[in-house]
Amino acid sequence: MEITVRGLWTMIHGMGFGALYLLACSGAMVELRRYGRRGAEEVGANDRDSFVRAYLLIMVVLAWLAVLTGTYGIYPWYRAVPPAGTVGLAGFPQRLLLSSPSTAGWHSLGMEWKEHVAWLVPISITMAAGVVFRYGNDLRNHAPLRHAVVCFVAVSFFAAGVAGFFGAMLNKNAPVSGGPTIHLARGESR
Amino acid sequence: MSEENPGAKAALPLGPGAAAMLAAGVGCCALGVLAVATDHVPWLRGKMIFYRPTGPLSGVTTCAVLVWLLVWIFLEWRWGRRDVGLRPIATLALVLLGIGLLLTFPPVSDLF
Repeated sequence: MEITVRGLWTMIHGMGFGALYLLACSGAMVELRRYGRRGAEEVGANDRDSFVRAYLLIMVVLAWLAVLTGTYGIYPWYRAVPPAGTVGLAGFPQRLLLSSPSTAGWHSLGMEWKEHVAWLVPISITMAAGVVFRYGNDLRNHAPLRHAVVCFVAVSFFAAGVAGFFGAMLNKNAPVSGGPTIHLARGESR
Repeated sequence: MSEENPGAKAALPLGPGAAAMLAAGVGCCALGVLAVATDHVPWLRGKMIFYRPTGPLSGVTTCAVLVWLLVWIFLEWRWGRRDVGLRPIATLALVLLGIGLLLTFPPVSDLF
């Protein structure tokens, strides 16, 4: 059982940072909406506020790590140009997808959308975290602000979902692989 | 709003929240506009290559993030200590976010 370095980074980017972010989104939206239902004297309101701040901070870190590793780590491997005369395109995912009409759409729609829409995620969630850090429990007094923040988080969820879906499908049709191989375990051959 | 707590008094001014929200909307819209412009203007495409292995995407995203942060700093400076009307600003921020989202969608960006 082995994996290439590029494959490992792709997995960390998608199944690590991206998938964890997606999992965290619903919790963030629920907690943000709960600010509107809290009373000033509610027992544990401050503890919950601290929890939400930490939760959103982790989401901010995940979002930035996902887009930065994607844009500056994996995307260059994806769009690498093969030297003239190259026959096998396995190490050049973008060119491999574009080489067939049946797979070209995964690049022209999937990657073209994913590479841009994903950047809405860190902007939106950083704003949401900034607002929660600034206002905390005082958000219960500002319904329009609270609702708008929930909308931004919902859009970030959608954008992360688009990026995640197309990331998975792109990697299924033209995997990003190459570089040194890491041996994870030795299996028994039959 | 039905969720408001009657009698609760706002302790913090609304300006910083409005600034954060509107700046995020502007940043998201800037991302969409820059993505479309870079796709359609060859001269700009060349200028947006900040990091060659990533290509124009590096410039588009860096510029959008810079726009977002600069607008946030500017609005925080202007509104940081005062109240502003949240509802129209929230609406504008969400419209800008929606425009940004639409412009990143290739079938829409190809219309220009």
